[in-house]
Amino acid sequence: MSTPAPTELTDLTITAAADGMAKGDFSSEELTQAHLGAMEIAAGLNAFITPTPDLALERAKESDARRATGDAQGPMDGIPIAVKDLFCTDGVLTTAGSHILDGFKPPYESTVTTNLRDAGAVMLGKTNLDEFAMGSANVTSYYGPVKNPWKGNDGKDLVPGGSSGGSAAAVAARIALGATGTDTGGSIRQPASFSGIVGLKPTYGRCSRWGIVAFASSLDQAGPLTRSVADAAHMLGAMAGHDPKDSTSAPIPVPDFAAGLDAGVKGLKVGIPKEYTLDGMPPEIEALWTQGMDWLKDQGCECVEVSLPHTKYALPAYYIVAPAEASSNLARYDGVRYGLSLDGDSLDEMYEATRGEGFGDEVRRRVLIGTYVLSAGYYDAYYIKAQRVRTLIADDFRKVFEDVDVLLTPTAPSAAFAIGEKMDDPVAMYLNDVFTVPASMAGLPAISVPAGLDANGLPLGLHLIAKPFDEETLLRVAQSLEDAAGFTARPGATP
Amino acid sequence: MSYIIEGKTGDWEVVIGLEIHAQIISQSKLFSGAATAFGAGPNTQVSLVDAAMPGMLPVINEECVRQAVKTGLGLKAKINLHSVFERKNYFYADLPQGYQISQYAEPVVGEGTVVLDMPDGGSREIGIERLHMEQDAGKSMHDQDPKRTFVDLNRSGVALMEIVSKPDLRTPEEAGIYLRKVRSIVRYLGTCDGNMEEGSMRADVNVSVRKTGETELRTRTEIKNLNSVRFVMKAIEHEAQRQVQAYDNGEEVVQETRLYDSQKGETRSMRSKEFAHDYRYFPDPDLLPVELTEDEVEAIRASLPELPDETKQRLMDDFGLTPYDAGVLVAEKETVAFFEAVVEECGDPKLAANWVINQMPRELKRSGKSIENSPVSPQNFGKLLNFVLNDTVSTSAANTVIGIMYVDGDDPVAIIKDKGLEQITDSGEIEAAVDQVIAGNPDQVADFQGGNEKAIGWFVGQVMKSTGGKANPKMVNELLRTKLKG
Repeated sequence: MSTPAPTELTDLTITAAADGMAKGDFSSEELTQAHLGAMEIAAGLNAFITPTPDLALERAKESDARRATGDAQGPMDGIPIAVKDLFCTDGVLTTAGSHILDGFKPPYESTVTTNLRDAGAVMLGKTNLDEFAMGSANVTSYYGPVKNPWKGNDGKDLVPGGSSGGSAAAVAARIALGATGTDTGGSIRQPASFSGIVGLKPTYGRCSRWGIVAFASSLDQAGPLTRSVADAAHMLGAMAGHDPKDSTSAPIPVPDFAAGLDAGVKGLKVGIPKEYTLDGMPPEIEALWTQGMDWLKDQGCECVEVSLPHTKYALPAYYIVAPAEASSNLARYDGVRYGLSLDGDSLDEMYEATRGEGFGDEVRRRVLIGTYVLSAGYYDAYYIKAQRVRTLIADDFRKVFEDVDVLLTPTAPSAAFAIGEKMDDPVAMYLNDVFTVPASMAGLPAISVPAGLDANGLPLGLHLIAKPFDEETLLRVAQSLEDAAGFTARPGATP
Repeated sequence: MSYIIEGKTGDWEVVIGLEIHAQIISQSKLFSGAATAFGAGPNTQVSLVDAAMPGMLPVINEECVRQAVKTGLGLKAKINLHSVFERKNYFYADLPQGYQISQYAEPVVGEGTVVLDMPDGGSREIGIERLHMEQDAGKSMHDQDPKRTFVDLNRSGVALMEIVSKPDLRTPEEAGIYLRKVRSIVRYLGTCDGNMEEGSMRADVNVSVRKTGETELRTRTEIKNLNSVRFVMKAIEHEAQRQVQAYDNGEEVVQETRLYDSQKGETRSMRSKEFAHDYRYFPDPDLLPVELTEDEVEAIRASLPELPDETKQRLMDDFGLTPYDAGVLVAEKETVAFFEAVVEECGDPKLAANWVINQMPRELKRSGKSIENSPVSPQNFGKLLNFVLNDTVSTSAANTVIGIMYVDGDDPVAIIKDKGLEQITDSGEIEAAVDQVIAGNPDQVADFQGGNEKAIGWFVGQVMKSTGGKANPKMVNELLRTKLKG
């Protein structure tokens, strides 16, 4: 039996790697070494803020020891993964991509990363992200932008999408077999689409938020970024579960998400929301969307046009609700207890100095917007109205799901764009999330599956949305899309 | 009871409402598992949640909710089955989250009523507007270092109930009686220890004045953070006077927050409304609404102990106590418990009430003890009263005995024996003492026999003195009358 070369090891899926380890083809230590090697080679992507090679090798050896005694924990045991630097990790620098958390090493581990660790996963390091997960291009990080491993025909450096940009880049560039992300308005799905990988946002409440640096509490949800739908199912299985420490975590059992993946989609009804057709959307995306319908029809689905009439209000309402919650969630970064702390002659001066220096432009913009919309005299006009819109959006979905099993839409209105673009136009940047935000507002599970390339050779994703806690149907349809699309393209970037 | 301030321009009445902040008795804080004991070293009772570490989430302590509901039921108030925690946003160094989690638009308890026992024997009903739960902030200490402020987060996250009255109070005294009554109720319920010195109960007072006969409310001011009944009453007096003077001088009263300076006996402005915080309340997305069922509320109702109003009525009905005596006894639940145990021992409720109301507080004060750590058990207290009832000791000797019981030890039998305080009921012995006094004071005898019957008291005193207070006064009295008249 020959040991595969490192490059081959990094090219495996989680499922294949678990198989290989089970068969004794290679160890977790070898698998981890291979990925740490890839991490070094691809350091120019800036995908990681804090690599943790020593910790990774230690955990890989532990995994091998378990396997040797027949105590392997399942498909994630020994699998090298990357962790978005929004998850607090015990004793490991946790930055949220922000200057204000300078030097912060939490004395605790988030529930999701604890679950992954318990499942045997090996953490390679903490990945770069938009500051406090606020962004759609991974350009707002204090630790600098992340480069997409994909390059267009013009050779420009592209964004990987955001906010889970480092995680997406790491998985796409074969530095990690999978990565955790968080999705507030599209932060897993949009970078997955930009990077040619799978990104799954579970139902709100499926994964515990405990120990994840909060952006917008009523929207934040952790999920996996992987290179296959089956991998996403395995990884979600390890991440999910009720957590009494998070009041909004759902007290329901975690099914075996991978069990029914190949059951086929015959007879399922797929809704095509007509409001997701945008003026000026690139024809390639329209074409891919139509292609996606055909793929599903070919496998026995019925595709029907449906209407989600309040879709156009989702993005504006999101940009009231999310900043409102963020403005309050970020009040704790005051320089008193941890992270950056700058002196001042009074308490107010200390706050001004610390928060002025510690927060970047986008975070400040959202704190200001959020503070404004919650202020006396504006609260009813903005926050309350946005919450009403949110209810209407959720009602739209509830109604269509009385008739259909899943919804199919594009993931993002464009492919990856060049680093530096849309920087001076926040609204253009916010429009990246136009297709992902409605499902976030309704708390629904949704997934982006890589489905094709645009004329510039860049990946494009298709987006599926399902009923609350019906990740099983979501994944089953995603598997069919993946099978039909046969997406095998890979980034050729040499950073 | 009317309280009128005579101003230059006429008579003014005072309108008062109280917001009482009461710390909920519970093992742990409102949203974290940290302990809540008073007096622990700085920052020793702080969880990751209380320190607002990144990614930490609050989880409601259901015991605190039950305690709040219990309090609501004790205040005869409406329980809201659906209530919501919101965030009250403001920056301060001892507020780690940058917001306080508090109920705002939808509190757990709605309108209720508290009955006040007035000194004249009557009663007054005061409306409760609402009761809501909230978390406390930490403590900033500005006096530990010349340049820096230190922060102790032990109190951060401690569960509080804010009990808001309607503006039904009309005098400083009523406000004091109201505060004492609410404290009594929560202590009966075991939902707050009511200890104002330790800060587990404090009050904000809203005060306005208006001309007698006016029905509209005028502008009110709020005096924050008063930590004794006396300060509440004093602060209202000073603030009402200040407002009357302002109106009389043609000035306006500004809606503002004021502080009471107990040293100077005045209130002064803390911040006016134009600098008031905009707290940006919104529902806390980390918490689900609190949903109660009728069954849960009924179970709590069924667990309610007897409350002061009910106990008072029972003492009047069963023991024939006056409303005043019963009211005094029930004010503190420890007192009434002690009283009932004494009655069980001695069987004479009126005598027991008299001694528990008068002797007990006097002796506790003298010995520097409180009823919670009373050196005298109610059984021994009752035993002593039995010795009074069966003439073993005189009342005056019993007063001596009880003084010793509270200081040296609590067994009245031993003390009476030790000090030789048994009452002399031997008629021969008493007769000898009587004869001696009569023989030694011919002038006084002549005075009595000349018609001054009141002089008998003086003779009784002399006999008691010569017997060391041990002679049975009734027998002394009878013998003296017989001999002097004879």
